[in-house]
Amino acid sequence: MSPGDITTERPPPRVAATLGLLRSELGLTFRRLRTFALLGVLAAIPVLIGGVVRIETGGDPSAGSGSGGGADGGGPAFMAQISNNGLFLVFTALAATLPFFLPLTVGVVAGDAIAGEASAGTLRYLLVAPAGRTRLLLVKYASTLAFCLAATLTVAVSGLVTGALLFPVGDLTTISGTRIDYSEGLWRALLIALAVALSLVGFAALGLFVSTLTSSGIAAMAGTVGLLVTVQILTTIPQLDAVHPYLFSHHWLSFADLMREPVLWENLYANLRLQGFYALLFGSAAWARFAGKDISA
Amino acid sequence: MADAFAAVETRGLTKRFRGGQLAVDHLDLTVPAGTVFGFLGPNGSGKTTTIRMLMGLIEPTSGTAQVLGRRMPDAARTVLPQVGALIEGPAPYAFRSGRDNLLRYDAADPTADPRTRAARVDAALERVGLGAAAGKKAKAYSLGMKQRLGLAAALLRPRRLLVLDEPTNGLDPQGMREIRALIRELAQDGRTVFLSSHLLDEIEQVCTHAAVMARGRLVVQGPVAELAARAQDRIAVTTPDAGDAARILKEHGVTGLTVTEDRVTGEPPPGDRDPAELNAALVHAGVRVRAFGLERGTLEDAFVALTGEGFDVAG
Ligand SMILES: Nc1ncnc2c1ncn2[C@@H]1O[C@H](COP(=O)(O)OP(=O)(O)OP(=O)(O)O)[C@@H](O)[C@H]1O
Ligand SMILES: [Mg+2]
Repeated sequence: MSPGDITTERPPPRVAATLGLLRSELGLTFRRLRTFALLGVLAAIPVLIGGVVRIETGGDPSAGSGSGGGADGGGPAFMAQISNNGLFLVFTALAATLPFFLPLTVGVVAGDAIAGEASAGTLRYLLVAPAGRTRLLLVKYASTLAFCLAATLTVAVSGLVTGALLFPVGDLTTISGTRIDYSEGLWRALLIALAVALSLVGFAALGLFVSTLTSSGIAAMAGTVGLLVTVQILTTIPQLDAVHPYLFSHHWLSFADLMREPVLWENLYANLRLQGFYALLFGSAAWARFAGKDISA
Repeated sequence: MADAFAAVETRGLTKRFRGGQLAVDHLDLTVPAGTVFGFLGPNGSGKTTTIRMLMGLIEPTSGTAQVLGRRMPDAARTVLPQVGALIEGPAPYAFRSGRDNLLRYDAADPTADPRTRAARVDAALERVGLGAAAGKKAKAYSLGMKQRLGLAAALLRPRRLLVLDEPTNGLDPQGMREIRALIRELAQDGRTVFLSSHLLDEIEQVCTHAAVMARGRLVVQGPVAELAARAQDRIAVTTPDAGDAARILKEHGVTGLTVTEDRVTGEPPPGDRDPAELNAALVHAGVRVRAFGLERGTLEDAFVALTGEGFDVAG
């Protein structure tokens, strides 16, 4: 035996190796029945909303209120416009899923990221491969973020298609009351989907952190979703006003500002800062926890 | 080729779990390179805990562990690509095929060449006899097939050290024979094989060296032949007068006597006395001897002699 008998092969550059692991991770996440089920539920929501609106308005465009101004919440204002313009189904569906359904699916994926591998026992084999703890954590976070984007786009695309099938499409009125044409509207829709996906970045990091705390995938998913529910309840309690700006969902509805003319960036930026802060805080916490953790499952 | 280089070396290696359980207690283990090293101990004696520390999965409470000459877990990144490991049973992704599982584990190794990945995966599957089942989902594998898949993962690349934690666990006798043959084969290219087991005959069949653990402590380590030699031969007398025989043997210095209905066994007295003299003494005292002989010591006897207890689970 020569100590160097493995060097006949050439190791790939570090970045390429990490991309290889990321590809494997994405394959694992997106070729999984559970992921299809989660995305399927998300895709059904715009169809449901569109169906209900269609039945209520009887397909008559004038039944919806034509005015888009005066609303600050996003949801209802968008909802009222769906029968005028199917594109509003995208905005309505995103507004309807962002407070709970979207982060719920993210919580399942993020919570399971490390803990699921631990409870299956596969984590020990990844680590002796050796995947490297920091590298594995980064790859897990990256694939969770990819899921955030996929989940958001699923809602958006389902809303776009359903809206186009059930309602007229064309020029649309912004929240500020100005008119923009359909292609501009599509751009806004894409921007809004990205803004919504980015809104989930902080919560995904929180889920990843919870995932490093236990070696039970179920416990981690339940814990993450439990945190989501708790935070969403806290936001409704006015006495906790002082705390609200620090909750990860505080600026979630800022995406509606992309439908103003001109766009109001202030809240959107505030949201990005908050998400970045959460990602940094809980990303570091997850790393601190995972780097020194005993893997005895 | 047991040279001076140690494939695994621990000094004072200790693991106390958070619950207070002392799983491994000041372990000084030396595994010479090129040996097939049996790591023997009853359930709960700390074998898997030791292996987890060697592989950098858990942090020792105190003491050090060196694998292939490098300190673990600090050198994990350079050491582990040269180590194939099966730890506490196989753990495949249940919903992926055997081949996909190996592709995933290989992708996790940053030093593995992706261009040769598919070929290496297929070669590893063939080597453990899973070629035909490679496309099947792992959840449809039997325990033996999963065990083989785990071995295949350990063989994805040329390894200097294989760490196999009870690789024949759950296999039928035929499967055990096949895996043991494979292990012997793997050891032939000068690779070090570190094999944990609670099966004494497995160690006797496969290993050149062994260490015995009991309750987290190392009882003994060395070449298997030497260990077995430590087991003393026992004098065995078959007689209808078992009680008298035991008394006479005791008078003549035989120790560790066990008496059943018509059989007395014990360790011969120290010194080079011819056992025939004992027989003569028995006959002289009127004990009717049906059979008199020496039984060869086995590793199991050695174990019992060394630990002073049976091969049972420690509390
Ligand atoms: N994560 C853990 N937390 C607390 N105690 C543990 C943990 N893992 C193992 N132990 C304890 O440490 C001791 C040694 O366990 P270990 O798994 O190392 O034994 P083993 O020799 O591998 O046994 P077996 O032959 O059954 O596989 C046991 O008493 C066990 O209960
Ligand atoms: Mg064990």
